[in-house]
Amino acid sequence: MLPRVLSLGVRRGRFTRRPGTLRGGFSLDWEEKLSEIKKKIQSALPGTSLLPLYDSSHLPPDHADVVIIGGGVLGLSVAYWLKKLEKQRGALRVLVVERDLTYSRASSALSLGGIHQQFSLPENIQLSLFSASFLRNINEHLAVVDAPPLDLQFNPLGYLWLASEKNAAAMENNVKMQRQEGAKVCLMSPDQLRNKFPWINTEGVALASYGMEDEGWFDPWCLLQGLRRKVQSMGVVFCQGEVTRFVSSSSHMMTKNQKEVKLKRIYEVHVKMDNSLEYQPVECSIVINAAGAWSAQVAALAGIGKGPPDTLQGTKLPVEPRKRYVYVWHCPQGPGLESPLVADTSGTYFRREGLGSNYLGGRSPTEEEEPDPGNLEVDHDFFQDKVWPHLAQRVPAFETLKVQNAWAGYYDYNTFDQNGVVGPHPLVVNMFFATGFSGHGLQQAPGVGRAVAEMIVEGRFQTINLDSFLFSRFYLEEKIQEDNII
Amino acid sequence: MAALWRSLRLVAPMWNRSTRGIHHLGGAVDPESNQKKRRTMLQYLSDYFYDVEFLRGYFFQNEMVKVHQKNRSFAYLGETYGPNNAGAFFILKQGGAVKFRDKEWIRPDKYGHFSQEFWNFSEVPVEAVDASDCAINYEGLENLHLLKELQSLSLQRCPHVDDWCLSRLYPLADSLQELSLAGCPRISERGLGCLYHLQNLRWLDISDLPSVSNPGLTQILVEEMLPNCNVVGVNLAEGLKIGPEEQPRDTDRPVPA
Repeated sequence: MLPRVLSLGVRRGRFTRRPGTLRGGFSLDWEEKLSEIKKKIQSALPGTSLLPLYDSSHLPPDHADVVIIGGGVLGLSVAYWLKKLEKQRGALRVLVVERDLTYSRASSALSLGGIHQQFSLPENIQLSLFSASFLRNINEHLAVVDAPPLDLQFNPLGYLWLASEKNAAAMENNVKMQRQEGAKVCLMSPDQLRNKFPWINTEGVALASYGMEDEGWFDPWCLLQGLRRKVQSMGVVFCQGEVTRFVSSSSHMMTKNQKEVKLKRIYEVHVKMDNSLEYQPVECSIVINAAGAWSAQVAALAGIGKGPPDTLQGTKLPVEPRKRYVYVWHCPQGPGLESPLVADTSGTYFRREGLGSNYLGGRSPTEEEEPDPGNLEVDHDFFQDKVWPHLAQRVPAFETLKVQNAWAGYYDYNTFDQNGVVGPHPLVVNMFFATGFSGHGLQQAPGVGRAVAEMIVEGRFQTINLDSFLFSRFYLEEKIQEDNII
Repeated sequence: MAALWRSLRLVAPMWNRSTRGIHHLGGAVDPESNQKKRRTMLQYLSDYFYDVEFLRGYFFQNEMVKVHQKNRSFAYLGETYGPNNAGAFFILKQGGAVKFRDKEWIRPDKYGHFSQEFWNFSEVPVEAVDASDCAINYEGLENLHLLKELQSLSLQRCPHVDDWCLSRLYPLADSLQELSLAGCPRISERGLGCLYHLQNLRWLDISDLPSVSNPGLTQILVEEMLPNCNVVGVNLAEGLKIGPEEQPRDTDRPVPA
């Protein structure tokens, strides 16, 4: 009995010890066998990863219903609203792909965090009003069991926009429209302005508009972390990786005028891991481009803009990264605790930070002075030459100040009309955009997230009509210009 | 009944800054403290069962709906009975007290009943409102705008009054002379900047605000902002120690030879 067992063991050992070297040319090809077994299991049980022979926990899942490219505040907001508006619990499997989970270059984290309703487009005002009410009730919306409540550190002091002679009429019209939409804005003449804020030098100011309610600034990092926490508790999967390829199927259709149109549908997204060649193809049915300053690269991967110019196929997504600086300075005699965020006629803006007479501010450079967006290095000469003179002219107390700190961040700047792009692309039918907000993305994120989720779940915009923000306006040359951009 | 629910800890203690809230962070925020924290039975169950987690979330949302219901708009009453009566009814329903001009304070008793005689007043303005410990929030403050001639407002220890609410006080700027915000857990120095609009304010109480980071400095800045107002509540010597008395160096005396 015992020798039989031993001989059996020896025989098996002889067969399996050196698989490729047995006489007779019999070789066990492990790779082929493995892929055959994997295919069999996958055909029997689709969607499982029953082969834990290698650790794949860092890879995204094989299938996802919605893939959101970009984990900033817009991407997370879309994920939140998708999960909130889905028809059944767990109906939508959402994957958020973010290249840099430390958010070191993300516009959301580096933002100044302001929110205001003083826009020239009614849709923008509606989005901001909704976002303000979302932020006000953030601890109801983003409540997670056993997690501490979020402290947004909201400062309700409002925005003060100053207008020179030539902009005064436009500002008055805008304020009338803002009041109609429900924003609480009041107009002030230079005398009233001087009474209210004696530290302002009103030379060159013809009119000022001051937002009284629902305007101010808050901590964007807190909003980001709150959204992330809530979205993870709702079941959204996060993945760190970069999208490198879209695989799409196309169908050729004829328009009424007998012109051929090629409609594409993305069915697979290749997500590449950091610092390696490993990638995971994720089968998906909807892709959302919320990549912020890098949205144009993602859109180019899908073939948007590859075609003869002046056609719909050749219209690129006109969003590019623009570098903006923010400076922190200390001024002991500066404006007091009540000072709002002042946006000057020259485009300079500043606001108070905390109790210690520190101020934050900056200025948007003109087209000629645009810095190179290759890196996030700060140009201190820009403050000396272009920002400080305007600050000192508007607030005489700022003639003596000391710069403590500075940083730079990207705007996802829409070169066409500085307004966001929301909604599906006409040719790549399952790619939705939520990008291009040129500096006011953070304050409109909750509203835009809800709009995109409504578009996906219901098929059309239900609460706020963002039809004028669709991609097709780039081809039809319909500009919706927003004037009040810092 | 409310005490029973609270003892079951179905709802995480949200609005008080107790140490329990700070130490028991969610796993996504602070993974290391996960191992160290003492978890109650309910939290343990919530981590393991979706049903318990959902139930706790549901009860929390219910509490929030109740607060919103309390702060619904009472403007429709203003058309029939006048804005002052509508605003007074809102405050009394919440559990606060109201004083009409030349009349006595109307307070609800412990069962929530109050005298209904104020409906017969016509055009008598409300002078003072005491909304201490009421669940008034941002939406409810819109009802206060109906009281155009309010002179004194007390929002002591209101758990839902935060910085957003302070930005809604500016319509009362013409008449408001006394304001008390003592003990509100969610007001910080950022909201106090909004009080600049209340230029007629003569007395402001900002004592015992736990969310204000530096009470002494805040009081100084608020006093600078409202020069005609008497700002009370913070003891400026709080936290300062008197050092050992130094011998004054007398430079007039000639050096002894």
